[in-house]
Amino acid sequence: MRTVHHLTLPRGLHPGAWWLWALCMAVAASRTRNPVLLVLILAVTGFVVSARRSDAPWAHSYAAFLKLGLVVIGVRVVLQALLSTRSQGTTVLFTLPQIPLPDWANGVKLGGEVTAEALVTALYDGGQLAVMLCCIGAANALASPRRLLKSLPGALYEMGVACVVALTFAPQLVTDARRIRAARRLRGRTRGSFRTTAMPVLEGALDRSVELAAAMDSRGYGRTAQVPRRQRRITGVCVLLGLLGILLGVYALLTDAMAFPLAAATLAVGLLLAVGAMGVGRQRVTRTRYRPDPWALPEWLVVGAGAVAAGAMITAAVRGVDGLVLAGPLVVPPVPVLPVIGILVGLAPAAAAPPLAPRRELVVA
Amino acid sequence: MIEFDRVTVTYDGAAEPALRDVSFTVPEGELALVIGRTGSGKSTLLRAINGLVPHFTGGTLAGRVLVNGRDTREYRPRDLADVVGMVGQDPMAGFVTDTVEDELAYSMESLGVAPDVMRRRVEETLDLLGLADVRDRALTSLSGGQRQRTAIGAALTSHPAVLVLDEPTSALDPQAAEEVLAALQRLVHDLGVTVVMAEHRLERVIQYADRVVEVPGGSAAVSTGLPAEQMVTAPVAPPVVELGRLAGWSPLPLSVRDARRAAVALRSRLHESAPLRPAVVAGAELARCKDLVVGYGNITALRGVSLSINAGEVVALMGRNGAGKSTLLNALVGVVPVRSGTAEAAGADPRRTKPSKLVKAVGLVPQEPADLLYAATVAEECAGADSDFRVPAGSCRALLRRLAPDIDERMHPRDLSEGQRLCLALAVVLCGAPPLLLLDEPTRGLDYGAKRRLVAILRELAAAGHAVVLSTHDVEMVAEVATRVLVLAEGELVSDGETATVIAGSPAFAPQVAKILAPLPFLTVGEVATALERAS
Repeated sequence: MRTVHHLTLPRGLHPGAWWLWALCMAVAASRTRNPVLLVLILAVTGFVVSARRSDAPWAHSYAAFLKLGLVVIGVRVVLQALLSTRSQGTTVLFTLPQIPLPDWANGVKLGGEVTAEALVTALYDGGQLAVMLCCIGAANALASPRRLLKSLPGALYEMGVACVVALTFAPQLVTDARRIRAARRLRGRTRGSFRTTAMPVLEGALDRSVELAAAMDSRGYGRTAQVPRRQRRITGVCVLLGLLGILLGVYALLTDAMAFPLAAATLAVGLLLAVGAMGVGRQRVTRTRYRPDPWALPEWLVVGAGAVAAGAMITAAVRGVDGLVLAGPLVVPPVPVLPVIGILVGLAPAAAAPPLAPRRELVVA
Repeated sequence: MIEFDRVTVTYDGAAEPALRDVSFTVPEGELALVIGRTGSGKSTLLRAINGLVPHFTGGTLAGRVLVNGRDTREYRPRDLADVVGMVGQDPMAGFVTDTVEDELAYSMESLGVAPDVMRRRVEETLDLLGLADVRDRALTSLSGGQRQRTAIGAALTSHPAVLVLDEPTSALDPQAAEEVLAALQRLVHDLGVTVVMAEHRLERVIQYADRVVEVPGGSAAVSTGLPAEQMVTAPVAPPVVELGRLAGWSPLPLSVRDARRAAVALRSRLHESAPLRPAVVAGAELARCKDLVVGYGNITALRGVSLSINAGEVVALMGRNGAGKSTLLNALVGVVPVRSGTAEAAGADPRRTKPSKLVKAVGLVPQEPADLLYAATVAEECAGADSDFRVPAGSCRALLRRLAPDIDERMHPRDLSEGQRLCLALAVVLCGAPPLLLLDEPTRGLDYGAKRRLVAILRELAAAGHAVVLSTHDVEMVAEVATRVLVLAEGELVSDGETATVIAGSPAFAPQVAKILAPLPFLTVGEVATALERAS
């Protein structure tokens, strides 16, 4: 067995695998409003993150996503409380002072009686969105965004470089702005203007971009094989259409906006177009890659685990298994067996992904 | 290896060519040093080697540049990437990726080198430049010397025959400069790489050069020759050469070691005399720190610094990159918050003083002088400074005329050379006539002429009762101008005393003259000249 297939040999997992797994978990979450299942998904992703994240700066983003999720739930519940009507249920919890609205706003009620049903429904709906956000947060924490950009297909290389440069420049701009604000004191000025803050920052950024472009040019960036212009244009259009198709398909799958077969077909056509165009686009690229992230057994296992979780939920939803959608807001949520097993399979990456290499000693400069 | 044949470069819209009729050759395996004043066209010459001039910068190039048999008219910079490795002035600005290893591999990836070859070369380069310990570190977390070595390594991995470096040691402290130069030495000696390098700090590099290309700027012709011959007449020269010229040594020694051997007679002549140094009359206290602690996040930049600065002093602040020099200066103008202890300038806490009042008491020229400049032309900038500091119109312009008489007032501050920009920022700050003047690394990018003018200005200010604090890596400048030296290490003050006592004994900070004439207490060529005059 080749060493990359070992599950225990320390190395970083392919960032694409983490993203696929996380997206599968998000799809799983999109199929249910059952709080038990949602909490289970959250626990599974959280456990994997804590087991396999590095100590890189982006690895701490998971907590930020958790907080964002709480905010989402909070906003949803507060809004629902304000706009609650009796149509969702009859269990009145408390009564807010009602604000009279003009006639044209007929049907909308601000304040007044707040029912338990309305609040609980809002809680579950918000919870679903929050859990999906946390799945994305898990991918963010587990996979280095730069390594992901590095593993973009060759045809998208230029786009990837632009993103990497932007990732470097953004923090630099903040530092520059801070420095220039400090320097304003030295001119005896208390208040800044566009001229004295934004202009120096922008000028500095422009200078740096020109420097960087010169450096990249002298290091061989942009060496390409000759390809006829017509072919280049066609590939460009195909990539764009393909990406659009993928976007539409994923959106439809996540939101029930289209019938399932139609959504799946859009996704498939989009994928085909994009992959084909990228294959053609590769001819232009003469670059090679230094230590590309391998795609081996652990990657397959991680993606497979995600696929099982998502598959179980989708199957359950299509078959109409009880418990994915609650009968009413105030019933005790049931625990359906198939979905629970499916989601638990999503835990596999905590063991299937190789552990990270222990970090070399860091010297703070 | 490199051949310039009657090359003239004219940028678009420029009245005068930046380079005029340049012809020279650099044979394989040599280290060629390009010298000349700021703005004389050194960078243009270096960038013409890999075709950045004119392919990237625009402009017209007449004549022919041949590199390894390739004509830069037909090859773009990217097509020359396998022959010429280019390292720019600021390594950070040229980094494309974010970790050392990826950066080293970047050019090879662009050139399409096979993965197994890439892997091998990266490992070799890590060892060659001593970067193995930091291989997976983020580039932003590296020290200045490590960054410069990474930039050199990144240019080297594609195995170019020529390596071009623009001021590789200017921004580095003496220790880091040593690291970089040692690495370059190894490349030239062991691998036969042809190196072309521009550098203002001749005292650091002249001894390693096989050939000197002098770019005088203006209409004078570019000349090349052996270092020892070229240095006899060169207008820019390091102290060791100036001492040699003064003592009439021939051949001219270029390294401290050669000079020491030639200096036996000079040392015995100077044996009886001591350098004349004007006694410092320390006036009123202008700044004081007591147990000053400053930190950012979980880094402590200063740990308990106590000092006092008096009128009439010129204090040099030395120490490694990241030792806390800039932080100390910033604390004195209240730009950074103080964790504990006190920092006082002109008897008040600078953080609680209104900016308009503060600038009358203390002025700081930051490391990036451009941060202070906002206007679109030099003339507008001067007018703005007059109104900022509430001084009569024309004060700033008058100051600038004295500091740098040849600045075109219609130019944009960013188009000025680094030395000119510093002069403009200095004029702006001096407008408010602050008794305490702080300068953060003022000698970066300055040639010997500009440094000499700066020294004269600082001495005048000190004589007029100002106190000057400058942070710098430039030991020669410190020897010339400072009356007192503070050395910071890891945020602590490790020495504080008269210039002669602090720097003469230190292996890293001793100026060339002190090393050559040790144990005699001379620091500068000027002191030796006066002593010789008095003796005869």
